Amino acid sequence: MAEAEVAEKVRMFDIYIMDKHYEVPEGLTIQTALEYCGYRLIRGCGCRGGSCGACATVYNFTHDPTLRYGLACQTAVEQDMCVVQIPCFPTAKPIYDIKKLRPTVDQVLEIYPDLATCFGCNNCTKSCPQDLEVMDFISAALRGDFPTVVEKSFACVMCGMCSARCPQGLSPYNIAMLIRRLHGRYLLPRSKHLEDRVKEIEEGKYDAEYEKLRSTPMEELRRIYDERWIEPK
Amino acid sequence: MPYPPFMEESIRKLEVSRQRRMKEEIPLISSDERDIIVRKYHPDYRETGKRKLLLGPNKDETMPEELVNQLEGNSRVDPDKVDLSKIDYDVDVLIIGSGGAGLSAALVAQENGAKVLVATKLRLGDSNTIGAEGGTQAADRPNDSPVLHYLDTMGGGHFENVPELVWAMARDAPMAIKWLEDVGVNWDKETDGSMRELELAGECRRRVHSCKDYTGLEVMRVLRDEVRCRDNIDYIEFEPAIELIMDDEGQVAGAILVNLETNELSLVRAKAVIVATGGLGRLHTQGFPTTNHYGATADGLAMAYRVGCSLIYGDSMQYHPTGAVYPLQLVGILITENVRALGGQIINIDGEQVACNLEPRDILASFEIRECTERHKGITTAARNVGVWEDIPLIDMIHGEGTIARRLPSLVHKFSRFNIDLIHEPVLVYPTLHYQNGGVRMDANAATEIPGLWVPGEVGGGVHGRNRLGGNATLDIYVFGRRAGREAAKYAKEVKLGKLNLDHVRQWREELEQLGIAKERPFSPMLLPNYARQPGDYLAALYTEKLQPGLVKLA
Repeated sequence: MAEAEVAEKVRMFDIYIMDKHYEVPEGLTIQTALEYCGYRLIRGCGCRGGSCGACATVYNFTHDPTLRYGLACQTAVEQDMCVVQIPCFPTAKPIYDIKKLRPTVDQVLEIYPDLATCFGCNNCTKSCPQDLEVMDFISAALRGDFPTVVEKSFACVMCGMCSARCPQGLSPYNIAMLIRRLHGRYLLPRSKHLEDRVKEIEEGKYDAEYEKLRSTPMEELRRIYDERWIEPK
Repeated sequence: MPYPPFMEESIRKLEVSRQRRMKEEIPLISSDERDIIVRKYHPDYRETGKRKLLLGPNKDETMPEELVNQLEGNSRVDPDKVDLSKIDYDVDVLIIGSGGAGLSAALVAQENGAKVLVATKLRLGDSNTIGAEGGTQAADRPNDSPVLHYLDTMGGGHFENVPELVWAMARDAPMAIKWLEDVGVNWDKETDGSMRELELAGECRRRVHSCKDYTGLEVMRVLRDEVRCRDNIDYIEFEPAIELIMDDEGQVAGAILVNLETNELSLVRAKAVIVATGGLGRLHTQGFPTTNHYGATADGLAMAYRVGCSLIYGDSMQYHPTGAVYPLQLVGILITENVRALGGQIINIDGEQVACNLEPRDILASFEIRECTERHKGITTAARNVGVWEDIPLIDMIHGEGTIARRLPSLVHKFSRFNIDLIHEPVLVYPTLHYQNGGVRMDANAATEIPGLWVPGEVGGGVHGRNRLGGNATLDIYVFGRRAGREAAKYAKEVKLGKLNLDHVRQWREELEQLGIAKERPFSPMLLPNYARQPGDYLAALYTEKLQPGLVKLA
């Protein structure tokens, strides 16, 4: 028997939005709690699904001052939570032409000289709402180990929290961005079969076959479709 | 135990049937059988929640009422109060929207010599693209061809796709993948550089390229970074367009933008306008939750409709069969189709498969709705949401330990925040509003019927027929975004703009008033949904009468 039992009374939590007290029912995220309290969001709301970093939030608890960092859309509200959103943080993003860059540490340091001033405080790792090992990929960057930078920064949603907390003014998320692009363009081997296919298409290899299908009567087209061989997974 | 005790019996049944189900192959139903099941169970075919359009190019056609409200909506702008001689930005190409289509268009337009302005409602890159997980189709393997890709897409769309558009997409697909490779995207590859490709529902070959399950995020990060690095591409954030500007030659000549935070208008004069505003998930058609981002409110559809563009398949919505149902905090979010491509099965309360897990999305959604309604074999949560299981742990059993962690890290992470371990536990899923299959009618370069206006990406219609295949949306955007960018830049070099006007707004207002519906209809574009709990009404009448002029209400 799997009949759901709806709770007679929904549990309410005390939370604090920018130090102001509100009561919200359980089952909400920080984002939907803000809306429950009457805030209509303009800043600090994006994909609502944990992928874009718009809703980066700093929070702690009345009984525990340790700062924690989360995405408002993916963090459940809890009793005594105190929240503040950081929808934007100033960084100076350098301009570069990816086609003219070298995939080396020296090149990265030319564009981001701050990288060399990292003293390993680990604030960046502690402030990442995606639980990334930011310090590890910054070290990997300094070592020139770009594949590790890619691996460890892949889930970065570019929210800027690491930059906000870095005492040396680094933007780890921008540094990783550059390195991931260098890796994708220069360090991953090019796909040969892709190049070959592009050439074939440009030479018009498939145009005649398409024309034939285009002028095939609907019933015949459906039959061709239903009977086409499907590659096993 | 992340699931409440009353669900445990069903989970036990699922675990018991697992070994047998690993070898169980349910055949795909035929294209005729598909037509039958969608008509019976798919939300598009429900009798309620829809209405006939009373005016405009698609007059008398029936579409979801939420969309009809936007299409029939009032302009926010009084043409007599806007001074079109006070232009704030004068550019070659204005791009409205900054997702995959908008930014692809921006880069290619710039490469073709255009001065580009990207205006976007939220931050640069905030879009549906960024949340895309599964991947991008392209027929680049030796045993595949763009013709097979074309055939798959036609079949998935119930053969109602516009053939020229499908061919443009299938043909340009490998070029789009290569372009992204060149600009620095980290596609999943083997050590020799060959692409690691998946086969999603409705496809006869493995041709979906992905970046783990962060595909949209990876590509958007790169495109956004590149746009920021290019000369001659400017962008403005938090300034959505609320109206297109026309000229006296019937050409689109720019747009009116509004600053969401200050209500101030910016007038843009542009030789060419690319509307890349994406989808409409936040309209919640048929009351469904959505996978879409906050700004997906059909803005481009409403503005294009008002200047005389017609829509195709405006009544066709894609409900993704695997939207999360539990916990409450995650309702509606996307669980990628890659899970099914890797072997994840859809299971009812008795531990049995609901259908072949690789039926195209509309078919599987229909099967799930039948299972939970007519057959009463769904699982109901304490919050009264219903769903079926998606058996994710099967994936490691089929492909080896570590596969789930390696191929679906984003998903594993999201559910781990709520103590659900995808390596050992199934998830509850149900259809969620995901994509608008149709849109503004366009040609193979995403050009509309009105000169000077392009509609690449989800806002454009005809490519996907009545059901889009997985992996084709994040292809549509790059292919048509690039084509629109190229064509708009070319057009901008030659066009001569006439005198700017907002006559279409006057005409629209007159028509609404003649029909007697002006006061009943909302303002469109909606811009943002309103999820904020509203206080009761307490305002004095004098206060509402004296509301300040120039206030652009998001209402």
